[in-house]
Amino acid sequence: MGEIVSQIAAKYNYLAYIALMMIGFYAMIAKNNLVKKIIGMSIFQTAVILYYISSAYKTGAGIPILSHGTGHGHGEQVIRAADYINPLPHVLMLTAIVVSVATLGVALALAIRIYDRHKTLEEDEILEQLKEK
Amino acid sequence: MSSQFPALLVVLPLLAACLMVMAWWFRPSLCFPLALAGLTGAAGSALGILYKVLTGPDLLYRLGGWDPPVGIVYVVDKFNGLVLAAVSLSALIGLIGSRTNIEQEQHGKAGIFYALYLLNVAGLLGIVVTGDAFNLYVLLEIAALSGYALIAMGDQRAPLAALNYLFMGTIGATFYLLGVGILYIQTGTLNMADLALRLQPLYGSTSLLVAFLVIGMGLGMKMAFFPVHTWLPGAYTHAPSAATVLMAPLTTKVMIYILIRLTISVFTPEYVFHGLGLKTIMVWMASAAIVAGAVMALAQRDFKRMLTYVVVAEVGYMIGGLWLGNATGLTGAILHLVNDVAMTLTVFLAASALIQGMGGRNIGGLRGMFGRMPWTMAGLASAGLAVIGVPPFCGFFSKWYLLLGAVQAGRWQFAVALIFSSLVSAVLFFRLFETALFPAPDEKGQESGSHQDHGHKGHGSSPPMRLAEAPLSLLVPLLLCSAGLVALGLATRSIVVNLILPILPGGLS
Amino acid sequence: MEALVSIKPFLAVLIPLIAIPGILSAKNPNVREGWTFAAASLLLVVVGSMVPAVLEGKSPAFQMVRIMPHLGLALRVDALGLLFALVSSSLWIVTSAYSVGYMRGLEEHSQTRYYCFFAVALGATVGVAFSANLLTLYLFYEMLSLATYPLVTHHQDAEARTGGRKYLVYILGTSIGLVLPAMVVCYALTGTLEFGPDGIMGSTTGQGLTALLMLLFVFGFAKAGVMPFHAWLPAAMIAPTPVSALLHAVAVVKVGAFSILRVVTGILGVDHLAGLNLGTVLAWIASFTIIVSSLIALSQDGLKRRLAFSTIGQLSYIILGAALLNPAGLTGGFLHIAMHAFGKITLFMCAGAIFVATGKTHISQMDGLGRRMPWTMLAFLAGSLSVIGLPPLGGFISKWNLLLGTLEPGKEPFLAVLLVSSFLNAAYFLPIVYRAFFCAPLDRDCRGPRNEGPLWAYLPPVITALISLVLFFYPQPFLALARAAARTFTGGG
Repeated sequence: MGEIVSQIAAKYNYLAYIALMMIGFYAMIAKNNLVKKIIGMSIFQTAVILYYISSAYKTGAGIPILSHGTGHGHGEQVIRAADYINPLPHVLMLTAIVVSVATLGVALALAIRIYDRHKTLEEDEILEQLKEK
Repeated sequence: MSSQFPALLVVLPLLAACLMVMAWWFRPSLCFPLALAGLTGAAGSALGILYKVLTGPDLLYRLGGWDPPVGIVYVVDKFNGLVLAAVSLSALIGLIGSRTNIEQEQHGKAGIFYALYLLNVAGLLGIVVTGDAFNLYVLLEIAALSGYALIAMGDQRAPLAALNYLFMGTIGATFYLLGVGILYIQTGTLNMADLALRLQPLYGSTSLLVAFLVIGMGLGMKMAFFPVHTWLPGAYTHAPSAATVLMAPLTTKVMIYILIRLTISVFTPEYVFHGLGLKTIMVWMASAAIVAGAVMALAQRDFKRMLTYVVVAEVGYMIGGLWLGNATGLTGAILHLVNDVAMTLTVFLAASALIQGMGGRNIGGLRGMFGRMPWTMAGLASAGLAVIGVPPFCGFFSKWYLLLGAVQAGRWQFAVALIFSSLVSAVLFFRLFETALFPAPDEKGQESGSHQDHGHKGHGSSPPMRLAEAPLSLLVPLLLCSAGLVALGLATRSIVVNLILPILPGGLS
Repeated sequence: MEALVSIKPFLAVLIPLIAIPGILSAKNPNVREGWTFAAASLLLVVVGSMVPAVLEGKSPAFQMVRIMPHLGLALRVDALGLLFALVSSSLWIVTSAYSVGYMRGLEEHSQTRYYCFFAVALGATVGVAFSANLLTLYLFYEMLSLATYPLVTHHQDAEARTGGRKYLVYILGTSIGLVLPAMVVCYALTGTLEFGPDGIMGSTTGQGLTALLMLLFVFGFAKAGVMPFHAWLPAAMIAPTPVSALLHAVAVVKVGAFSILRVVTGILGVDHLAGLNLGTVLAWIASFTIIVSSLIALSQDGLKRRLAFSTIGQLSYIILGAALLNPAGLTGGFLHIAMHAFGKITLFMCAGAIFVATGKTHISQMDGLGRRMPWTMLAFLAGSLSVIGLPPLGGFISKWNLLLGTLEPGKEPFLAVLLVSSFLNAAYFLPIVYRAFFCAPLDRDCRGPRNEGPLWAYLPPVITALISLVLFFYPQPFLALARAAARTFTGGG
């Protein structure tokens, strides 16, 4: 039991992302309003982005910019990987953020088109209108 | 030049898409030639690549000159050489066939439509050619985003259908991203070949299982695998005809390509088929998908919607073939992937012509179509026979491999599902043919004559039926495709022996 | 059998298909029918030219395309296939002549379409006859199914629609639902589908599996009309009569029976079936169909429907012959393909001739018709006698061989079946002839003076009736071919 608790405590960040993901997922599935669904989608994507970023983190490491540590002017030092957080996930997530923004844009544009046509964003009302036609 | 083919494949349509926007502003008449040039270039590159991998070793293209696993590489072996050729040719033929349709349906927005079309093709080709798991995600989203927009350009209900697709597609892609994240954390690499090596010590670990499941679920949503197929019928029904012609043959098939690629090249069959214990349940699910797709297709009155359910059923064919876990099943799945691209393209090309011709999508509108559009109907007939699986059309031969694989693996439920779906397809298509064979309503008057002497000096005097054939720019590609269905069928042996058998991995039963 | 690479079998399949562009492009109906006649005559010449070689024990073969690593589309001519091809191609000429009389006599619509699909159907029939393996056979079998559909629904009215739908459901449903899985299982078991003289099953396949495969094939080739998959044939009688005559008395239905023969001899193997005692099962299935269909035929008033049920029964004679699994039975079964074809096509063409001349379709309206159409009704009499199996007509020879086949211990019940059935055949055919010649004319249409309608409609049945007569005295080359085929399959040297 204690082991499980300590494991959970050690990986609280991942649990947080899973919680975020589920919140987003819930919103996409259960909400009736299209914009709320879109917000859910954004939360859902963000959870995964955070997941990547936190995987790159190392305790006590700095940002991955080449600085020469404390010994300025004392010649070059060996670059140790442990001193820097992993830059690759950050780069990957830059791309993923761009993708998610684009998705958000397309989704909102579609929502606007739907609103123009049906004058509502509630899904059940739209379906009602479509059925009447 | 020829060494640059793998890059040109993606770059040419992408570049053409960017130029398209300018062309649309300044010289709208240039739009179609530009799109044509982009896709012809891509198709030429794909054929060049196919020739190269057929005659020589696999190709490895380092983007920007970086070596793997640090840089992104494009890798072409015989498998994706084949798929690339199928995808690019299908897109090219679809473009030519849809030209008149696009310009009529989209009025002033044809340029935008072409740009999105090119982006979609670039994304799909990139997915097939890339050897990097994260690069694949980006291309996946390029294809998907352009796809949402293409669908939204359709009829009244299209935006809502597109938004539903967007939700499902985004969940799918995000799941894929999550799975890749797990793999990356475990191995520190994103290159597929490198991943395959580094994953070996991890076989049996929970995290690898989770990664596989998450990726599988994500792709399942994107490929419309029953029961997460719900987005597909709506999206493809309400999309513009031309968008359906592009996407129905390609999108689901490329997603299946990813799954097969990951199975044989990254996770390896030893792990997937022997380590996971998912074979039985997956074959059951595939069988369910086939049966469900077939039954739902049967329930449709809308002609195009019916065909979209056929697409859903076909997904089950390939997934089932893959999960049979034997060489024959996998051969069948890969062969069916290519054949299905051709069949679906032909079906939807014919459908777009017919929908235009009858001004609606109701099956009843097909009455008398054999008289009015005989060549288009001939195209639909050949595609229908291929889907049903009548030799020598290509559909028969891939179905043969799938059935044989099912029998060899002792998966009777899958064999039964395949036969069931063939029978249902026969009903579906012959319902169309029958409707189209009988005279149109306005010529029906004489038909109600006495039954006693039917044909007895009755129909000889019926007026010649009005021909209202589809434009040549559609008819020629359509008939070309129909001939292609037979040619593909007769070429089965060459494809299997030269392209599929060499790439079958070890570890298959 | 000695294989002999030859392009002739391929040519035979191709000739009817080559005629199609000619038929389509002809402006003048006479030119159009000229193409049909040219193709039919050429086909008969090509098929006939292979007879001497085959009787010498050679078998012309042609590989069309290797379509899967171990499976190709290939043609090979043996005695059985040649027998069938010879029957179909010779009757195509007669039927074409008859089609001209019938279709023009009734001023039918879409005649070009009709002749086109007729040619496709013939090409497919010859393809089935010459197939070297089950895959090729299946391909041509399906091609025939599809080519016949537009012919069945030729009238394009509600009735044709129902008939056509029934036709498709039975034919396509069984071939996809039963034959295809059986074929796949066979291939999975043996790794080949080539027809071999002893079958490909070998002794390793158990009784249960062999029985299952046999049933799948026998019911799956529903064109043979084995009950309960027979109902399409009466429904398909909605087609114009030349179609019923050539396709539903000869080509299509015999393709079904022929496919069953092929599977029994070339896939399952005569010795294998005999060893497992499955021949008796098949013989009982066939016997059931023979008796029941004859009983149903008795109660039919529509002439074509009565003929259809008669055909269903006669087809099962062929299957019964194969099921006897001895040389005499096989010879009788094979020979019945030819003999029944000449007899039944005569009957159908007579029915059509009556319809063209008088518009009558029902037997009860035909009292006294012999006075007006003596030649037609005489031909009808000859056809009836042949189908019943009485001398001096060809049908006697095949039935005689079948009877010889039943004279083995344990096969006596089938002797009784044959005799009862012949009696029933007589009971449903002879009253028609009696009515025509000896009853008082019912109405004006049946009275004399002699007026038999267009020459092209009543001459062909007279010709086929005469051929039936000649075949009794000189049953060659059919008898020689049937005997040669039976020898190959029973290993009798």
